[in-house]
Amino acid sequence: MNEMNEVRKPPVATTGIIGWLRINLFFNWTNSLITLFVIYCLYQFIPWILDWTIFSADFKYNYLGEQITNQEMCSRNLDPENGGACWAVIYVRFYQFIYGFYPKVEVWRVNVAYVMLAFALLPLLYAKLPYRKYFLYFTYIFPVIAYFLLNGGLGFAEVSTNKWGGLLVTLVLGCTGIALAFPIGIMLALGRRSKLPVISMMCTLFIEFIRGVPLITLLFFGMVMLPLFLPEGIDMDGLVRVLVAVTLFQSAYMAEVIRGGLQAIPPGQYEAAKSLGMSYWRMNLLIILPQAIRISIPPIVNTSIGLFKDTTLVIIVGILDLLGIGRGTLADTNWLGLSYEIYFFVSLVFFIFTFGMSRYSLYLEKKLKTGINMGAD
Amino acid sequence: MKKLLSIFAVVAFAFSAHAGTLDDVKNRGFLKCGVTTGLAGFAAPDDNGEWAGLDADMCRAVAVAVFGDRSKVEFITTTGKSRFPTLASGEVDMLARNTTWTISRDVNLGFEFVGVNFYDGQGFMVPSALGVSSATELDGATVCIQTGTTTELNLADFFRLNGISYEALPIETNDEGKENLFAGRCDVYTTDASGLSSTRAAAPNPNKWLVLPEIISKEPLGPLVRHGDHQWGDVVRWSLNAMIIAEELGVTSENVDAQKSSNVPEVLRLLGVEGNYGEMLELSNDWAYQIIKQIGNYSESYEANVGPDTPLEIARGLNALWTQGGILYAPPFR
Repeated sequence: MNEMNEVRKPPVATTGIIGWLRINLFFNWTNSLITLFVIYCLYQFIPWILDWTIFSADFKYNYLGEQITNQEMCSRNLDPENGGACWAVIYVRFYQFIYGFYPKVEVWRVNVAYVMLAFALLPLLYAKLPYRKYFLYFTYIFPVIAYFLLNGGLGFAEVSTNKWGGLLVTLVLGCTGIALAFPIGIMLALGRRSKLPVISMMCTLFIEFIRGVPLITLLFFGMVMLPLFLPEGIDMDGLVRVLVAVTLFQSAYMAEVIRGGLQAIPPGQYEAAKSLGMSYWRMNLLIILPQAIRISIPPIVNTSIGLFKDTTLVIIVGILDLLGIGRGTLADTNWLGLSYEIYFFVSLVFFIFTFGMSRYSLYLEKKLKTGINMGAD
Repeated sequence: MKKLLSIFAVVAFAFSAHAGTLDDVKNRGFLKCGVTTGLAGFAAPDDNGEWAGLDADMCRAVAVAVFGDRSKVEFITTTGKSRFPTLASGEVDMLARNTTWTISRDVNLGFEFVGVNFYDGQGFMVPSALGVSSATELDGATVCIQTGTTTELNLADFFRLNGISYEALPIETNDEGKENLFAGRCDVYTTDASGLSSTRAAAPNPNKWLVLPEIISKEPLGPLVRHGDHQWGDVVRWSLNAMIIAEELGVTSENVDAQKSSNVPEVLRLLGVEGNYGEMLELSNDWAYQIIKQIGNYSESYEANVGPDTPLEIARGLNALWTQGGILYAPPFR
């Protein structure tokens, strides 16, 4: 009897660390071989990259203890045996990477805008935030505040967008593009599915035209042709022109992503909403769009990440974003030849932002349980 | 593209040529000058975010001529593709963007090159270990070459003329050429000599690389303005000339105050002590004095930005004064 009641533990080989290892890394011989190979590669690579980026690297001073002011003073240029990365270039140029050529006396405005951006994003990112409603009001008025803060007006001295650069431009382009493209994209997606032929044709035409043209072409269009269409005397700011191009581009892609979500909603949902006597807008806002957007989260984040990285293309119209500042630094005779450090830093910054976005989309998917509800598990 | 550009140029011209650029600049209170997005020695932001370089000095010189203040200039970054539309549409008042003066740009695009501030030319760079001392010994070499540029055509011409063969390794950017050469994937890298110098300076060990003496093309780089506004063209032209003449006359930013009491008539005319040349240009009479005082003469700008004491180590060569074996020559100041 006793033997019957004894709880038998699962075999050692399927639980704990050993079990995990067996199932995930050494399941069969090909699996084991690949695991060993990957471990070998990491063993070769990780010590080297750690040594280069941290242990042998110069941050502010070289190995002689002097403060580095140009590339000749980098340890690896003084003595190739004695140095890794020369991060001093990032240290010296940090201001430019983050703010571009924004005047130093006014830079607090950019800092305030950065902090406010964080507060504006908070209620969007974290639904359980206390007083979320009030934070959301702030989010809605944030673009207006940011405009006056960064550009000037309302008592602030004007700072021409020509002086903006670095991360500031990257964030302005990325955030504005993504934020504006979302509502425009929804309208375009609804428009394309509309039963009114004129609206549907116009939306289709717009989307197909924009999608059929590379972003570079649109940027050139914005930069070169837009001013020719404007009446004389109206001088449209260069950054605004680029923003227009980026927003148009992103909204066309966003429209298609959301249309994909709309297609996936079963007709029963439309019929149910209509049978309750809902108007077109109420049906879409309350029934259809919440579901459609929920299932489109992964592709929405996907195109947003794509746009964030595409903002680097603005260098071809002469706007110095984060990457542009990096290239400008490489052209300074003091810092010639430090391309590894600069590109490493720029990619790291981009990685932090894009990785953050992708983790956030995973969190959203889990929270909204997209798969289960739609029966698409 | 070219046709399209000239249409833009014409349209933009119709919009912008009615008022004098000089008046526009004066009313605006600062000069808008188009520069590169970053080219070593010519225009690049320094650690304080100030633009520095030979072309940047050119912009500042014009700002000084108009306003007497070297800070009254806004640098607009332009790329090889966007520079001409930007100038044509009136977004910048002038370009100082190491642009080669060619007939089609001068005539067909509707621009006016006002002078040359750097005589460049296509050259070759090889590892010293290759053991060649002249480009004519490069038979059978693998050459890194930027595709779609005039350098590609010049290269083909040069090798055909000398009856030697080469293998091209096409690349897109200067960075790529540098990496390929340093990694030994090509024996020779060819581009403009100033570009070779910056590539060499960026090498881990510059002494291992050699720039061969042959220069196989003419690349006169200079500032340009829109066609048709001659008054403005004159301001930019003579801002450059004033710097060259100052070098000829031995006037530097150091001694310019002492030179005001010089007994050389041309120095007195240049510095505005005699004559009313500033008035003719609708500038203040000490405009050239201010340029020399605040920017320096041509030699000072050259030495500070690209000269032998900078990492670029570009010898004066063609850019020396005509009296010193170069071809730098400015019309007389009278």
